[in-house]
Amino acid sequence: MAYLRSILRSGKNGVPAVLRREFHRTLPAAMQVTVRDAIKEAMDEELERDERVFLLGEEVALFEGAYKVTRGLWKKYGDKRIIDTPIAEIGFTGIAVGAAMAGLRPVVEYMSFNFSMQSVDHIINSAAKTYYMSGGLQPVSIVFRGPNGAAPGVAAQHAQCFAAWYGHVPGLKVVSPWSAEDAKGLLKSAIRDDNPVVFLENEIMYSVPFEMSEESQSKDFLIPIGKAKIERKGNHVTLVSHSHVVSRCMDAAAVLAKDGIECEVINLRTIRPMDMEAIETSVMKTKHLITVEGGWPQFGVGGEILARIMEGPGFGYLNAPAVRVTGVDIPMPYAKLLEENTLPQIKDIVFSVKKMLNV
Amino acid sequence: MRKMLTIISNVLRGSASRNGARLVVSARTYADFTPQASFDIKNCDVHKLEEGPPLQAVLTREEGLQYYRTMQTIRRMELKADQLYKQKIIRGFCHLYDGQEACAVGIEAGIKRSDHLITAYRAHGYTYTRGGTVREIMAELTGRRGGIAKGKGGSMHMYTKHFYGGNGIVGAQVPLGAGVALACKYLGKNELCVCLYGDGAANQGQIFETYNMASLWKLPCIFICENNQYGMGTSVERAAASTDYYKRGDFIPGLRVDGMDVLCVREATKFAAEHCKSGKGPILMELLTYRYHGHSMSDPGVSYRTREEIQEVRSKSDPITLLKDRMLSNNMVSVEELKEIDVEVRKEIEDAAQFATTDPEPPLEELCNHIFYNEPPMKVRGISPWIKLKSVS
Repeated sequence: MAYLRSILRSGKNGVPAVLRREFHRTLPAAMQVTVRDAIKEAMDEELERDERVFLLGEEVALFEGAYKVTRGLWKKYGDKRIIDTPIAEIGFTGIAVGAAMAGLRPVVEYMSFNFSMQSVDHIINSAAKTYYMSGGLQPVSIVFRGPNGAAPGVAAQHAQCFAAWYGHVPGLKVVSPWSAEDAKGLLKSAIRDDNPVVFLENEIMYSVPFEMSEESQSKDFLIPIGKAKIERKGNHVTLVSHSHVVSRCMDAAAVLAKDGIECEVINLRTIRPMDMEAIETSVMKTKHLITVEGGWPQFGVGGEILARIMEGPGFGYLNAPAVRVTGVDIPMPYAKLLEENTLPQIKDIVFSVKKMLNV
Repeated sequence: MRKMLTIISNVLRGSASRNGARLVVSARTYADFTPQASFDIKNCDVHKLEEGPPLQAVLTREEGLQYYRTMQTIRRMELKADQLYKQKIIRGFCHLYDGQEACAVGIEAGIKRSDHLITAYRAHGYTYTRGGTVREIMAELTGRRGGIAKGKGGSMHMYTKHFYGGNGIVGAQVPLGAGVALACKYLGKNELCVCLYGDGAANQGQIFETYNMASLWKLPCIFICENNQYGMGTSVERAAASTDYYKRGDFIPGLRVDGMDVLCVREATKFAAEHCKSGKGPILMELLTYRYHGHSMSDPGVSYRTREEIQEVRSKSDPITLLKDRMLSNNMVSVEELKEIDVEVRKEIEDAAQFATTDPEPPLEELCNHIFYNEPPMKVRGISPWIKLKSVS
């Protein structure tokens, strides 16, 4: 409950809640860690563990990261392992993929995944497809990470969600964490994975603190890629979401609980390979499905989930057609009122659930 | 004399066993042949360099025979691929390298096997010089399970140790190669990476981004522009505001090399490798060369250039003829010996083509394999929802 309250308090502007640390005398206790720090911890631990891991991207070293995610890493590891690049996305992505082909394990940071569009050729043609095209001769161990999707006030060119674009490609793994634990465990898994992984963070979540279990503080704490997590159990409707929108779903679930509607909130964690089993199991129980995402509706993550539900065992259990709640099908506007009404809000999720359940 | 015989038979046997062919050494007297000779090679234009490669190259008999055999193998292999393509046994894209053999062979002679190399789609020659066999190259072209990439890649996606393809996207291979060079520097292995690209690719933006980073970080990278005068159907004058490709690296030192002379290419490559390995950072080489075929098998190659031009290059600058004439006029080899090599090469190519046309295609059960490395077996969605396919690492 504590983290739920802090999420509600932090709100869309990402105003950082006060970090609270609790110390017990006997055991290392669960502690509050922001998503940003969890990501940094993951990278720090993996840099320490494997000499071949290195970071590159714009402003990752001296500036300590455009969003301060890599704070302290350059001071600790130096020029060789934390590399500031010029503003040359397609160039440095190609260089990173080449380094991966030759046996290193790069972590490429995009200041925003919107800039990765310049590098898409290397992510897909040079990284994702290579192991297959070479008949298994040339693996590519690389992670592409950075903030994806909406951020407050950044307008159209800086707010696109790329989950569906990258999720489309065989040969890529696409991860979209929500909580601090997600971020840490999944990033560690991504770095240790011998294949190209696209790691979609979100700027809104960076400052949000979460309680990190004792287990998650271990240096070998990994969350498997490809497994979703049920953040909240419920019997009446399944809400499937990823990234910052999971927060909205949890908030909406709390509101709906007051009316006696219990939502089961599934945090996808991984876009590709998607954990359909978790979704289907949930749908068989609740008989109602709503996917909730920040991305655009056409050809989106929700579209894929609904298609698979149609084709799979879950369809027979549905009491109502499954529905998608998505961002509005427009480029992201700037004005606050317009921006707020472009992304699914708590009231939109509540409305959709009540409509589906006919209440 | 016996020592000479032993050396020669070892060389020929050595290169033969590398290529998988058997060789019986005939008992002839080789005592009359010159063991090595020094040749004048063309001066290289330089950019931001005090001096260029030496103006003389020493060629030993063994080296000469090896370069001849390798160039002839590439030539015959490409011509065989032409034949198979016209018979529709090879499909899709097929970009042939005949005419440019001196580049691949000269570069390989100037670097070590432990160095790295990456090129674009006109890659069959490099796949061979980097250790691929003719059999597995041809079987990859025909899409069979014995292909170097198990039939999954085709003409443009062949890989071997320290050879990163075979890349289909024009220009993409250049930052990739700089990345390989970064890994070489990072791992402290004193190796370098040769990054090849064509005159067409030389206008790609990502190449300039790569020049910048390679120079900034002093990556051990030899950028080589194989200028065969035409980017597909567009001549260099119609594509580039500056056709001095060796100068396009701006702050990167460059040299322009006669790409039809294997010795010139070798000496320039040695010079460039020395530059890289001494920690000075990247260097750029432009090789002036020529392709006899069109851009690919779907291009007859005469709509943008004249048959006379092609004929002229063939008669005056053919790389294999150049080497052959040099060796013959210096009594380093006999006509019969070269003919014998030709026969052996032809046989090797025939055998490989035979294999490439009779080897079965990859099995359908393996359709979805090799999506991920080091991964437990997973399901892959098939063409319809009822078809679930299996993928193994």
